[in-house]
Amino acid sequence: MKIHEYQAKELFRKYSIPVPAGKMIDDPSDAKREAEKIGKRTVVKAQIHAGGRGKGGGIKLADTPEEAVLRAREIIGMNLVTHQTGPQGKLVRKVLVEEALDVEKELYLGMVLDRDNSRIAVIASEEGGVEIEEVAANSPEKIVKEGIDPRVGMQPFQARKIAFGLHLPPDLINEAVKLIVNLYRLFVSTDASLSEINPLVITKEGRLLAADAKINFDDNALYRHPDIQELRDINEEEPSEVEASKHKLSYVKLDGNVGCMVNGAGLAMATMDIIKLHGSMPANFLDVGGAASSERVEQAFRILLSDKNVKAVLINIFGGIVRCDRVANGVVEAAKRLEIKVPIVVRLAGTNSDIAGEILKKSGLKFTVASDLKDAAKKAVAAAQE
Amino acid sequence: MGILVDDMTRVIVQGITGNEGTFHSKQMIEYGTKVVAGVTPGKGGQIHQGVPVFNTVAEAVEKTGADTSVIFVPPAFAADAIMEAADSNVKLIICISEGIPILDMVKVKTYLEGKSARLIGPNCPGIITPGKCKIGIMPGFIHKPGKVGVLSRSGTLTYEAVDQLTKEGLGESTCIGLGGDPIIGTRFIDGLKLFKDDPQTEGVVLIGEIGGTDEEVAAEYIKKEFNKPVVAFIAGRTAPPGKRMGHAGAIIAGGKGTAKEKIETLRAAGVTVADSPAEIGITMKKLLGG
Repeated sequence: MKIHEYQAKELFRKYSIPVPAGKMIDDPSDAKREAEKIGKRTVVKAQIHAGGRGKGGGIKLADTPEEAVLRAREIIGMNLVTHQTGPQGKLVRKVLVEEALDVEKELYLGMVLDRDNSRIAVIASEEGGVEIEEVAANSPEKIVKEGIDPRVGMQPFQARKIAFGLHLPPDLINEAVKLIVNLYRLFVSTDASLSEINPLVITKEGRLLAADAKINFDDNALYRHPDIQELRDINEEEPSEVEASKHKLSYVKLDGNVGCMVNGAGLAMATMDIIKLHGSMPANFLDVGGAASSERVEQAFRILLSDKNVKAVLINIFGGIVRCDRVANGVVEAAKRLEIKVPIVVRLAGTNSDIAGEILKKSGLKFTVASDLKDAAKKAVAAAQE
Repeated sequence: MGILVDDMTRVIVQGITGNEGTFHSKQMIEYGTKVVAGVTPGKGGQIHQGVPVFNTVAEAVEKTGADTSVIFVPPAFAADAIMEAADSNVKLIICISEGIPILDMVKVKTYLEGKSARLIGPNCPGIITPGKCKIGIMPGFIHKPGKVGVLSRSGTLTYEAVDQLTKEGLGESTCIGLGGDPIIGTRFIDGLKLFKDDPQTEGVVLIGEIGGTDEEVAAEYIKKEFNKPVVAFIAGRTAPPGKRMGHAGAIIAGGKGTAKEKIETLRAAGVTVADSPAEIGITMKKLLGG
């Protein structure tokens, strides 16, 4: 789960990680009040769940509170396109009005799961303000890394290794150590999966603060953090994916024209792949999971077909415990109830697949029954191109 | 022979009295697996599906001599269940549960260091040596005792591959579902090391997907030390970056973990990578001289 910069900064404040003074607003006229409170030059920052906001024109300086209102008016309501939003961009509903910083140096500080070692790793670099992957690729010697032993958590000596490794001014070392340890405490207390301060700034006055803040949370742990769940912004998510998650369906919208309905995430990805192999593009990823009842199948169809790009549907179910004849009945019922017009190619393998085939053929509906996966993919691609 | 589990394996089912535990222990028993005990705290003393239930794994091991545990426990309690099993000195723990928090698994991996137990999973269908022992949720009937080892991060995609191998007449020695999470107990390389020394296994199928580096680590090992034919299929060529594709571990993060990279690395190591998921069986058949 993702959150906005302003929410991440509020969490940082709770954990004593220094951030610039600022407040989120969604009414541009409120910018005046906030800029006046801040009492100096401000920066108005679009709040969306994507990076690259500056380059896209979503971050603007304001010398006076009146200018802050003008900037807020320009940004709130704009459709912000960045290299991370896709060409359609994102509608900006909120901005963060924040004190502008006099930057002396920009650093990078992040925490992430290191899958190779099954530990949390802290990564830092003197090269802040750019993508850390670029630094890792071009100047790996500029990266400092520490793996955290979960039995004891982050030890101060590790935070010191990072702080000294960043060549910070001596008078900022203690502050940096506290900041790093606090970031780790936040990470573990909230079950984060990623946290990035990019850039971590040293100002000309010698302050150390998080100029930007990003925190992603482990979806599997949200059940034990109702307060974090409250931070979710549905407006930042794809509506069909939000709908799907309400019905406990795993769905990702893509750009193609062959809709897929599959049981199992690996098989669902493989089904998307084989569609591409045979000449079309998948419209989505959809894992209906182990319980392919008629309600489930109907919900899955609804979500799939809400995408107007879908010209054909490929259903690929490998029934082990799940019985194919039950799935076939579910598909027939759902198709009848929804009056589906697009061609549906069905491949059911495993338990009772023969009976399932008969059910589909005798339904009187426009199903194409495929014998194997290759056959199914070819037929679905052909149907989409008609 | 197969690896890790056979007709002598004695299995405890943690969470046996729950819906999943009840259904799947019945299936395992019908397949011929030696399910000797169940554990559900508070229900010790009952008999469930013909199997004695205990309050703790320690007591179950003590009373029945079980050496393996399979876990069907809700994700909020599953990490604890794994650690309880490890503490009781079973040799093998298979965790089926999906949805365990990442930081719980970080603790579990550390806890397992120095213990005798090997963990398979979590978020996996289990392990099967066809004809001898089925521990997990996979459909037994698609498997046939044979010569191909299977290591897979997937569930139903594994069954797809197994179905093909069986229909090609090759059969399977042992199939291990490694699981779809970012932190798992057994990786491709661990399974390959075991298959290397198994006389029944003549070739290995690897089913990978986007996310992480397990396929790359396996490729390195295969290049240096693994001489049996390997066929791989990597799911997720069409997956977009940054999105979790069902499995918690199936995500392209920071540009890393793409299917393309994995396929290139595996091919460079001498692995035959099938472009189509429909051709895994036939590809292995050709490699084994069929």
